[in-house]
Amino acid sequence: MNMRNIKYFFSESYKSLYRNRVLSLATIANVAICILILGAAVLLTVNASSIISNLESDVEIVAFIDKELSAKETDLLQSKIEKIDGVKTIVFVSKEQGLKDLQEKFGGTEYDLGSTLGENPLRDSFEIQAVDPHQVPDIAKNIEILNGVYKVNYGKGVIDKLFQVTKWVRVVGVAMIFLLAFGAVFLISTTIRLAIFSRRKEVYLMKLIGASDWFVRMPFFLEGIFLGLTGAIIAVLLLALGYSSLTGQAHTILFLPIVTDVRFLLHIYAGLLAAGMLLGVIATYFSLNKYLDV
Amino acid sequence: MLIQFYNVSKIYPNGVKALDDISLKIDRGEFIFLMGASGAGKSSFVKLLFREELPSRGQIFMNSRSIVRMKRSEIPKMRRNIGVVFQDFKLLENKTVAENVAFAMEVVGAPLRSIQKRVPQVIKQVGLEGYEHTFPGQLSGGEQQRVGIARALANEPLMLIADEPTGNLDMDTSLEIMELLYDINRKGTTVIMATHAQQLVKSAHKRVVMLEKGKIVSDSQVQFEEQQI
Repeated sequence: MNMRNIKYFFSESYKSLYRNRVLSLATIANVAICILILGAAVLLTVNASSIISNLESDVEIVAFIDKELSAKETDLLQSKIEKIDGVKTIVFVSKEQGLKDLQEKFGGTEYDLGSTLGENPLRDSFEIQAVDPHQVPDIAKNIEILNGVYKVNYGKGVIDKLFQVTKWVRVVGVAMIFLLAFGAVFLISTTIRLAIFSRRKEVYLMKLIGASDWFVRMPFFLEGIFLGLTGAIIAVLLLALGYSSLTGQAHTILFLPIVTDVRFLLHIYAGLLAAGMLLGVIATYFSLNKYLDV
Repeated sequence: MLIQFYNVSKIYPNGVKALDDISLKIDRGEFIFLMGASGAGKSSFVKLLFREELPSRGQIFMNSRSIVRMKRSEIPKMRRNIGVVFQDFKLLENKTVAENVAFAMEVVGAPLRSIQKRVPQVIKQVGLEGYEHTFPGQLSGGEQQRVGIARALANEPLMLIADEPTGNLDMDTSLEIMELLYDINRKGTTVIMATHAQQLVKSAHKRVVMLEKGKIVSDSQVQFEEQQI
């Protein structure tokens, strides 16, 4: 391929885009909207995952110990729990520490909880974290059957609901992304089909004269890539602007663990641009295969 | 031997039998008229020649290579040996005469230098000097067909296929176009011309292949050879 060919390809796609400029603009706008929603869905999913994994990591098991257990037996119990599959950390919390934590959590220093209650009603306990939050229910069951364990708490209902929500956010996000991508491909291929139609005489001649397949295809591919990429650029600009102004507020007002890692966001934006380009290529490929066979 | 047809039949998906068991040989440098009423199979024959269509049965060889079994990627190269002239010229209206001719060379990736050298040559050969920067819409039918012929010649093909090249032209203009085609043939290019203009054929004293309902009903060269025996 020489420079003149490249110039020819670009000028042909430019002419075609200009000739169908209204449809080209409409397609770019549509691709931009698709990529914008796609990007919003991606950011939403990413943030939901981040929030959920943040919540997930908070999920821990609290095992209360029988009051009669000696220090030695307590150590033994701790080593037994440590050996259970999937246990990440285990921390012993004495009942005195527990009362102190409770005091801090609710009363501050205004009331002395210890003197109010007289005797400390709490038990010694272990706070256990799982390697994978999904294992929490199983681990809790295994701890429950151990001797010397009085009761196990792990926020059963909360954790199940949490996983359901995560699952649905992911499923709906992915479904939305596929649907929108399909719409974008359809739009671009319509534009390319029109471009092929308006140049059908030229294409027919090129084929008969002996132009190679890729020579005939190249201007259309450039056109498809241009439509996809331009739409994606517009979408990413809007998205980046909107997201950065939104994160500022969400961070200060809602205290949500929103993703603000610039490099991670740049990866997403680059991915969206690549997605736009890919949509253009795929759409062109399909319409060419269907309408360009001589 | 440039072209060989062996027992070629063409049946379209709608059941129409356009060509029925055709066998034919064409030598390098020949000038052949392909005659017959419309629907006799001329267009199908022409389309098989540059592999726009594939035969339903039989084999076609060009330069001893089967164009039926040819890989898709080899087709463009094969077509560069063939120049095609159409009844309706098929010129690109938004390109000038010179650009239309250059287009044929551009799409096969010819270097700029050879395009700049070759385009004025063929324009001169078809007698259109001075019209280089004119658009097809400003030319007469005969002139437009000359552009079509110049474009077909640009890549110096072994063979020129003309499908009713005079179909849209009056008698005088047709005769001028015929002179041009004879001239091209004299310079060594094989010419295959499909037509139903009897008058042009009679005065030409060239090989005539007559098609009727998809079969060859007469071939002047074969008759000549038979007379010799």
